[in-house]
Amino acid sequence: MAINAVGREIPEEIKGVGELNPYQGAFKTVPTGNKMSPNISMQKRGETKVLNSLEEAIKKVGVRNGMTISFHHHLRNGDYVVAMVLDTLSNLGIKNITIAPTALFPAHKSIIKHIKSGVVTAIQGSVNGPIGRIASEGVFDVPVILRSHGGRARAIESGDLPIDVAFIAAPTADIYGNINGVKGPSACGSLGYIVADAMYADKVVAITDNLVDYPVAPISIPQIYVDYVVKVNKIGDPKGIVSGTLEITRDPLRLLIAERAASVIEASGLLRNGFSFQTGAGGISLAVAYHIRKIMKQHSIVGSFGSGGITAYFVRMLEEKLFRVLLDVQSFDIEAVKSLIRNPNHLEMSASFYANPHNKGCAVNNLDIIILGATQIDTDFNVNVNTESDGVLLHGIGGHMDTAAGAKLTIIVTPLLRGRIPIVVDKVITITTPGETIDVLVTERGIAVNPNRKDLLQRLKKTRLPLVNIEDLKKEAEKMTGKPEVPQFENKIIGLVEYRDGTIIDVIRQVRK
Amino acid sequence: MKDTAKIGQSGTLESSDILVMVQLSPDQNGIRIELESPSKKCFGSQILKTIKQTLHNLGIMNAYVKAQDRGALDCTINARVETAVKRALKFKEKGDV
Repeated sequence: MAINAVGREIPEEIKGVGELNPYQGAFKTVPTGNKMSPNISMQKRGETKVLNSLEEAIKKVGVRNGMTISFHHHLRNGDYVVAMVLDTLSNLGIKNITIAPTALFPAHKSIIKHIKSGVVTAIQGSVNGPIGRIASEGVFDVPVILRSHGGRARAIESGDLPIDVAFIAAPTADIYGNINGVKGPSACGSLGYIVADAMYADKVVAITDNLVDYPVAPISIPQIYVDYVVKVNKIGDPKGIVSGTLEITRDPLRLLIAERAASVIEASGLLRNGFSFQTGAGGISLAVAYHIRKIMKQHSIVGSFGSGGITAYFVRMLEEKLFRVLLDVQSFDIEAVKSLIRNPNHLEMSASFYANPHNKGCAVNNLDIIILGATQIDTDFNVNVNTESDGVLLHGIGGHMDTAAGAKLTIIVTPLLRGRIPIVVDKVITITTPGETIDVLVTERGIAVNPNRKDLLQRLKKTRLPLVNIEDLKKEAEKMTGKPEVPQFENKIIGLVEYRDGTIIDVIRQVRK
Repeated sequence: MKDTAKIGQSGTLESSDILVMVQLSPDQNGIRIELESPSKKCFGSQILKTIKQTLHNLGIMNAYVKAQDRGALDCTINARVETAVKRALKFKEKGDV
């Protein structure tokens, strides 16, 4: 066992995974060597890439027991592709598959039957809800490896995560394998998360319900990476793929938090021409964007870019010329999809472009401000977004640790309690994002600044914002709720939280019944 | 249900509230609590303690309590249990709860 830089015990080696490198600090790992090189292949003139069935494709690419296959989650809770591929593998009697999804959703719970029958025996990638729960109960022999969006792209490019076959849900594909996500009945917008898979997997299969003549335009994933194209009836349910326009929260408590976060941004000195900004699609985040938009209009500020998962609200800010460019790795709603088609300043970006720390520069490095949530935050500002207060693994990392490390100002917005559960605690159950990359915590009971950010503290002291010590927030929460009982764990490690640079920041253990 | 049973209910299923149903009947021996809560692992025993304490303070020695918690704080649990008990004590045949 080694103790890593955030004080967590990391085993030296895990069976089925190999040697582990303990986390040393957010910017300590210096990569060496060469990138992974995918195989060379050849497509003869006149040969077709279009196959009649998924079964044929699986046979042609040669999926065998023990292989690693990957998927992307741009179809979100409407995705049919993961289920149809695993069902077909199961029918063909293929077992012992590692899946490497960019994320899983509650809609993917049919995977559970393939886990129980031994078709799927390991997961490298985000898990969510029901699959996280059975992982927490110890169903896998090999721990789930959780990676951020940037960390996943890094792992693929570096060879840490070799992928045998990538199955790409393609809203539109032409007969020679060019793909885009913006057209077709299952349009989802950006295809950013699957780009590394397309480039580095040994074999790539596009699965589409909108097969068109050659060549399609625009092209997000080009023909040079795609081996086969399969036409199916439906790749997803549009209702689950894109949401309607997300509403700004009306909860007064959350609105107060958002208003304060906006005031922190204003006081930070970063809200000026050229300003870059990212938020999630959550209620508080969107409300922060509402205030930022108001301030930008008031002072005629033109930002450089908005990034990440793009919502209608950011599209509106682009159209109002409050931002020059949107960098879109995932389009959350139908407005974002439409904007990606029509607006040349709305750019699709890959996960590596977005957040991979080991390339020649990713977008988050140029980010001024990121607004993030937390399931728990501790008095060292470490954030947990993976495990719930009962210790169960229920969420992926997303871009949390990437944007926190990249942005000049990382703001966590959260109410002090969720129901009776305190959010500010002594020690988070799982460290997802290290405290050294978190600058401010904004709650309804006060704003806590990371003591490392003396410059920011000085600026905020000049305002009338309610500054508090994070320890006092923790005490205040506990005074209201009582001291929570700490969840009990077994010895077995069921999850590894990999920091974006490939080191291990924490482990997740099996929950005790 | 025995027609001699007295029932009182209080609270809602809104977030941060608790819905408490108290049944006082002569054949109930001691306190029996059925608790459903999203924070059962962290606060289950504390919630049960609070319910028992409130019943005790009201002099209730025999009751069946069904509590559907949605993350309520102790003060809320206190108030909901007390109100449910008082409504149960006023309970009339076919009366409102």
